[in-house]
Amino acid sequence: MANIITDETIDYVGILAKLELSREEKEAAKKDMGRMLDYIDKLNELDTAQAEPMSHIFSMNNVFREDVVTNGDDRDRILQNAPEQKEGAFKVPRTVE
Amino acid sequence: MSILNMTALELGRKIKSGDITAPEAARAVLEQIKTQEPVIHAYVTVDQEGALERAAGVQEKIRRGELTGPLAGVPVAVKDNLCTKGLLTTCSSNILYNFVPAYTAQAVLNLEDAGAVVVGKTNMDEFAMGSTTETSAFGVTRNPRNPDHVPGGSSGGSCAAVAAEECFCALGSDTGGSIRQPGSYCGVTGIKPTYGTVSRYGLIAYGSSLDQVGPIAKDVSDCAALLEAIASYDRKDSTSIPRKDLDFTGALVDDVRGMKIGIPRDYLGEGLDDEVRAAVLKAAQVLKDRGAVVEEFDLSLAEYAIPAYYVIASAEASSNLSRFDGVKYGLRAEEYEGLHQMYKKSRSQGFGPEVKRRIMLGSFVLSSGYYDAYYLKALRTKALIKKAFDKAFADYDVILGPVAPTTAPKLGESLQDPLKMYLGDIYTVSVNLAGIPAMTVPCGQDSKGLPIGLQLMGDCFQEKKIIRAAYTFEQTGEGR
Repeated sequence: MANIITDETIDYVGILAKLELSREEKEAAKKDMGRMLDYIDKLNELDTAQAEPMSHIFSMNNVFREDVVTNGDDRDRILQNAPEQKEGAFKVPRTVE
Repeated sequence: MSILNMTALELGRKIKSGDITAPEAARAVLEQIKTQEPVIHAYVTVDQEGALERAAGVQEKIRRGELTGPLAGVPVAVKDNLCTKGLLTTCSSNILYNFVPAYTAQAVLNLEDAGAVVVGKTNMDEFAMGSTTETSAFGVTRNPRNPDHVPGGSSGGSCAAVAAEECFCALGSDTGGSIRQPGSYCGVTGIKPTYGTVSRYGLIAYGSSLDQVGPIAKDVSDCAALLEAIASYDRKDSTSIPRKDLDFTGALVDDVRGMKIGIPRDYLGEGLDDEVRAAVLKAAQVLKDRGAVVEEFDLSLAEYAIPAYYVIASAEASSNLSRFDGVKYGLRAEEYEGLHQMYKKSRSQGFGPEVKRRIMLGSFVLSSGYYDAYYLKALRTKALIKKAFDKAFADYDVILGPVAPTTAPKLGESLQDPLKMYLGDIYTVSVNLAGIPAMTVPCGQDSKGLPIGLQLMGDCFQEKKIIRAAYTFEQTGEGR
């Protein structure tokens, strides 16, 4: 396997991805990601020097509109999905001491 | 002829003429759901009460002459990644196990405006990541043509529901083949439209630059009518494209004389099952006999589409799925210390293995030091793939090939080896990278009786050409 994924890499990616993996999951992730990257390395066979990265197939500009409210007040309906709510807001653990 | 055997358009005509009422059609479908679901499990949520209520409302509007369209009163199913106001929408994920949207996706609104009656939400691979519908957190869906086999994925529930007559037609979404591949496995018809044709507003995003909502139905005519109903320019989706000609049913013409059809040799090579190859080539011959000019050509780059796709789709997924954090909706872990642990625990408990795998890969390819080598490289490859299609469509009206290398695998055979499963997407992902329209139409069965799908691809905005080719093929009866 050309791509060796280390424990440090998996821990770092776990931080970026905000995922807490169990020991078994980490081992599986190391193997899966290494195999996948080996496969993705196939792209290196291609000379892409002359190709611009294409994020969108149509040349698109930003679509602007006036900032006018057109929807109604959905606050209560939206809050019904909140795991915890308080006084019309999403409740989260204390973040500032 | 029983109600359930009818196509959506046949039923629509009977409802219009008063031979059948919308509530009768809804009841017939709900009855079929009751008998089929214990085996098939195409639905995550069946909205019996809501469906009957909506059917009664539609019937009243038909009576008053307010609804006159071809789909008025027709019961439809909707993939569970399309938001439906007041109706559970889970993406077949534990992280959204209790999510009830405050709004409805534009594609579903358009369908309801046409008078279609939503009966329920269909099962799928979790967040549309998978090719078998086995990654659903709420159980597998079985293929109605043979319950030992998968229906394909990720729109496996929608395709199985159509095949099992648990609805007359359905909406799916296609990021790398998720309408066409299960359509092929279940022996139904489906279209992945040109990117930007159907609004993504209310579609829970997987790979935003690739995702497109599309129709799944019993035949080409239903598909065209359904696409006509859901396509619209939508200011709420910044990638929506205003299109002048949305008269897709106008392309239901039984004639391909002079149409130039190309078959990529790259799509007939190693890895393709012999029976699938034979069925696809026979379909090409049928179209040739009907007057099309058919030849093989080299599309090139086919083998680079899968690695480019998995880099781009995973990168976008890692970003799109960052919104699921236990704050605003869905699952929140029960025990945690502080905000960051709450995020991590909620996400780790809520997402299944395949979703985690893609979020990890996506986070990696976007991370500092790897961005150029993987993400930008994939975007450059995408540009080359698009160019290869542009070149092909300078010569051909339609590109013809298989949808998938094999027919539906057995349940439980695919998930052990993710990379092998990804390789099954070889004939479908290029279409999403290039943004072009493509469809699947049944073209036969293998020796086990499992359906084989024919894929027809067109240039951007040329849905009418592929619909015309598919319709002409279907009319010969050779696909049955």
